[in-house]
Amino acid sequence: MVTNAASLGRSGVHDFILIRASAVILACYTIFMVGFIACSSPLTYDAWHGLFSALPMKVFTLLALVAILVHAWIGVWQVLTDYVKCVSLRGVLQFVFVVAAFSYMAAGILIVWGV
Amino acid sequence: MKLEFAVYRYNPDVDTKPYMKDYSLEVDEGTDMMVLDALIKLKELDSTLSFRRSCREGVCGSDGVNMNGKNGLACITPVSTFKNKKIEIRPLPGMPVVRDLIVDLTQFYTQYEKIKPYLINDEKTPAREHLQSPEERAHLDGLYECIMCACCSTACPSFWWNPDKFIGPSGLLHAYRFLIDSRDTATEERLSELDDAYSVFRCHGIMNCVDVCPKGLNPTKAIGHIKSMLLKRAV
Repeated sequence: MVTNAASLGRSGVHDFILIRASAVILACYTIFMVGFIACSSPLTYDAWHGLFSALPMKVFTLLALVAILVHAWIGVWQVLTDYVKCVSLRGVLQFVFVVAAFSYMAAGILIVWGV
Repeated sequence: MKLEFAVYRYNPDVDTKPYMKDYSLEVDEGTDMMVLDALIKLKELDSTLSFRRSCREGVCGSDGVNMNGKNGLACITPVSTFKNKKIEIRPLPGMPVVRDLIVDLTQFYTQYEKIKPYLINDEKTPAREHLQSPEERAHLDGLYECIMCACCSTACPSFWWNPDKFIGPSGLLHAYRFLIDSRDTATEERLSELDDAYSVFRCHGIMNCVDVCPKGLNPTKAIGHIKSMLLKRAV
């Protein structure tokens, strides 16, 4: 058995579940957004503002932001462990990436809750 | 008819780096032969050319090589497959080269060893044999036929990047062969050994293994079954 500490999940199965669950949320969010944009012609500021003012949409967006963080954390860990064999460099890259991903999520939450 | 070849050559005792050497063979018009036959003829021309072969009929799995970018067994690949194009023959990718087309498969066998490729049964030994119904035996079809030629594992990018941690398609096909065997009683221990982020879950379903398997087996499907077993056990 090989152990891992830098990924988000506690085990391979946990990563497997997290990456698929977050993918489902992201797929739903993408389909909804594409549908909304396609059905709201012309797409005005009022329509856009109205969409993001509703609490369910804010929660849905927050879920999508968390899903991106989870999905990207595990995905990037998998890519880095494939291609970056120097452990210290990989640790630094993983740290930078996770900090950036958290920053994007925090910024996204503030933006969505500011509408 | 002239057959053109470019063969990977590397003798670490003499060469500073590998190189491709061109060869050509004159054969009768309209005739065909296997790539291994061509290699044997090339060895008659150049005795320094090294490659592995044994049974010459796709059973032993010794002569896995990369032909025009795709892994396969030289002994069951006709040269006509390449439609008169120059045939580039290289060693199986990702493995250390011992010499010319011969690779060091230690990592491949180490992964195979990890999955405990033998029947484990802690029940009382039966008087004659462990019985298995035809239905139970049918579960092993598509699994036991693997000849361990390493064509699949050496075509797998996940195995290239993590040959020390990822079991690889061949090893996992064998792992599932024992997990699904009705006579094996070590299912839980076997799954525990595989339950990490690398051993099984490094398979991202690229399916190069299915594409190259000379026996037409489907390691990706077997790996999917193992993932399902691990999932059912965990949730």
